[in-house]
Amino acid sequence: MTEPRPEPQPELAPSPTAARSPARPIALGFTVSMAASIGLGVVYALGGQVQLEGLLLFFALGGIAVGFIVWGGKLLPQGPYVQERHPLSSGEEEQEEATEVFEEGAESLERRRLLIRLLTGAFVALGAALVFPVRSLGERPGGSLFRTAWRRGSRVVDEHDKPVRPDDLAVGSVVTVFPAGNTDAADSQTLLIRLGPGQYRPRRGREGWAVGDVVAFSKVCTHAGCPVGLYEPDTHQLFCPCHQSVFNVVDGCEPRSGPATRPLPQLPLTVDADGYLVARSDYTEPIGPGFWNRDR
Amino acid sequence: MIRRTFAFFDERLGVSRFVRSSLDKVFPDHYAFLLGEVALYCFVVLILTGIFLTFFFSASSTEVVYRGDYHPLVGATVSDAYRSTLDLSFSVRAGLVMRQVHHWAALVFIASIVAHLCRVFFSGAFRKPRELNWIVGVTMLILAIFNGFSGYSLPDDLLSGTGLRIAFSIAQSVPVVGTWMAFLVFGGEFPSHRIIGRLFVTHTLIVPALLVGLISVHLAMVWHQKHTQFPGDGHTEDTVEGPKLWPTYAMKSLGLFFAVAAVLCLLGGLFQINPVWLYGPYHASQVSSPAQPDWYMGWLEGALRLFPPWEVRAFGFELPNPFFPAVLLAGLTFMGLYLWPFLEAWATGDRSEHHLLARPRDHPVRSALGAATLSFYVVLFFAASNDLLAKWLKVRVTIITGIFQVAVFVVPAVVGLVTHRLLRALARSGAPRFSEMPLRALRVRRPA
Repeated sequence: MTEPRPEPQPELAPSPTAARSPARPIALGFTVSMAASIGLGVVYALGGQVQLEGLLLFFALGGIAVGFIVWGGKLLPQGPYVQERHPLSSGEEEQEEATEVFEEGAESLERRRLLIRLLTGAFVALGAALVFPVRSLGERPGGSLFRTAWRRGSRVVDEHDKPVRPDDLAVGSVVTVFPAGNTDAADSQTLLIRLGPGQYRPRRGREGWAVGDVVAFSKVCTHAGCPVGLYEPDTHQLFCPCHQSVFNVVDGCEPRSGPATRPLPQLPLTVDADGYLVARSDYTEPIGPGFWNRDR
Repeated sequence: MIRRTFAFFDERLGVSRFVRSSLDKVFPDHYAFLLGEVALYCFVVLILTGIFLTFFFSASSTEVVYRGDYHPLVGATVSDAYRSTLDLSFSVRAGLVMRQVHHWAALVFIASIVAHLCRVFFSGAFRKPRELNWIVGVTMLILAIFNGFSGYSLPDDLLSGTGLRIAFSIAQSVPVVGTWMAFLVFGGEFPSHRIIGRLFVTHTLIVPALLVGLISVHLAMVWHQKHTQFPGDGHTEDTVEGPKLWPTYAMKSLGLFFAVAAVLCLLGGLFQINPVWLYGPYHASQVSSPAQPDWYMGWLEGALRLFPPWEVRAFGFELPNPFFPAVLLAGLTFMGLYLWPFLEAWATGDRSEHHLLARPRDHPVRSALGAATLSFYVVLFFAASNDLLAKWLKVRVTIITGIFQVAVFVVPAVVGLVTHRLLRALARSGAPRFSEMPLRALRVRRPA
């Protein structure tokens, strides 16, 4: 009598998938991570290199990530386990009791009407007093949005503080200028533009504001305050690179397209005894973007 | 050893019961639930890289002559903030990779918050009892956007300085208090020497502290209310199913942290971001063209570019143009987000508790409104590149802008209607997923 050979148990049979046990990628991940971290040390010691650092950090962190994710997903109990949700509300009875306890306490406070009123007054006053330091955060706006550093007789200078004569500009050219001694005054930045002969059409009341064909307009966009940085001599148009407002220089920098609603303010010009360009006055209106009381 | 540690804490704090129930806590598994975790892990990477950067960054507008390792700018007059940014990029070993990982982490942080918000919206997870956590989440989105912008402004380069100039103009456009507000925040008229220092404290201390607090509240509420889960597989409103926190979920989640950190490091190492040395230092009279902000500001920038040249002037007062596309739009956007759970409950009359999520098809009106709103902001985002599109397509920028001004209304309407139609058809067809829906389900059924 021969006993039948017992069938091998399924879990003991050498299966073709055993070679792809989840432990392998996990071990590989951790090994790659270690190697990359050592690599990082070497790169750092040699002076550092940004692309290599990024790549090695990727492998150092990513190796651990692969290890953890495969470990968590393949070797640990997945369940799913089921848990009861508990009611979030404590129930009407508890709500009622909490309200009552609060109201009882409040009633004993409310009997002292005068004290409560005084307390309210004290808190309001303290709150107001605590607002005062906020005032220290900045200077009073006052008239600072209504005026710039330009004055009657301010010499027109370029960014290196060099005075400018009308003939220093070629036809169709543009230069950013400031009032002398104020080349860092952001609100005073002005575009000096030389148009072709006879192209300029002064607006009414501004006939004497140009010197020959040289005109000056605020460089601060009336939309959101960016410098109106691009000039196209063929079309006499100024472009704001931020939101694409376009201003036409020959008719007083009226906005042509884009979101700007107002023309760039014009700076009245003349020349002094030495032939240098000077301002006749400050701008006659606030420069730059609008604000609540601009027209006041 | 472990037994003794547990005993030590339990005898002093009585925490064993809490620890046991926490370790046993069940978390539903779904890839869409990972978006919030991705945001959390980006935040961790932001904190770690950010701490490193603070050791080298100097939040000062004091002008210095640059004498560092970046040769093209040697001899230029720059602010100390800009100088220190260049130094930490070029002269501090591992500084550049830290800075670029930080910037990429910020971009992915806000992207994953927005994606998480979309998941929560379209699956109805904001419904009772989770409205409070929706409010906390929206607040964190606002803080994240603000902190992104403030951090982006710190290096005091030409691009970010122009962004600050626009921010000043937007603050100035607020009715009645705008001018005062702008002057108090900036410490005077633009460009104030105080703003970089103030942004630094806000960026590295105030907002991160608020975020840490709100993240804790956010997670505590998820913990207490237990996570939602999708219907099907026998899931019910009264139970929650999935692996336990210890050790399975903890290990997977830690794995996700390392994966997020790994990808951010790869981005930071291989893909250049915000090369401020190419933009140059900020000078108020200079500007770069083209100029695009970081992606999460694109919708506001696009709105500023699209809004027509309108302003309101009455009784001697003015509502300037930027007020409408910037202040009003942002106000309405976040107000709408805050109020949505309550508006929807009011409109549908549904005031019951929901722990099972909805699929978008189950609520076609909500899904259509969501998709339309999302497409509105996507159009605005692309409108912020109208100058680049004009350049690439060789078309006048006014034409591109005109097209966007129409598209910003037409696209959301079309997207909304199409979404509604598709989802209704999908729901009727009973197909398990969109790709399996038979085409005939789209046919309009006429009432008999």
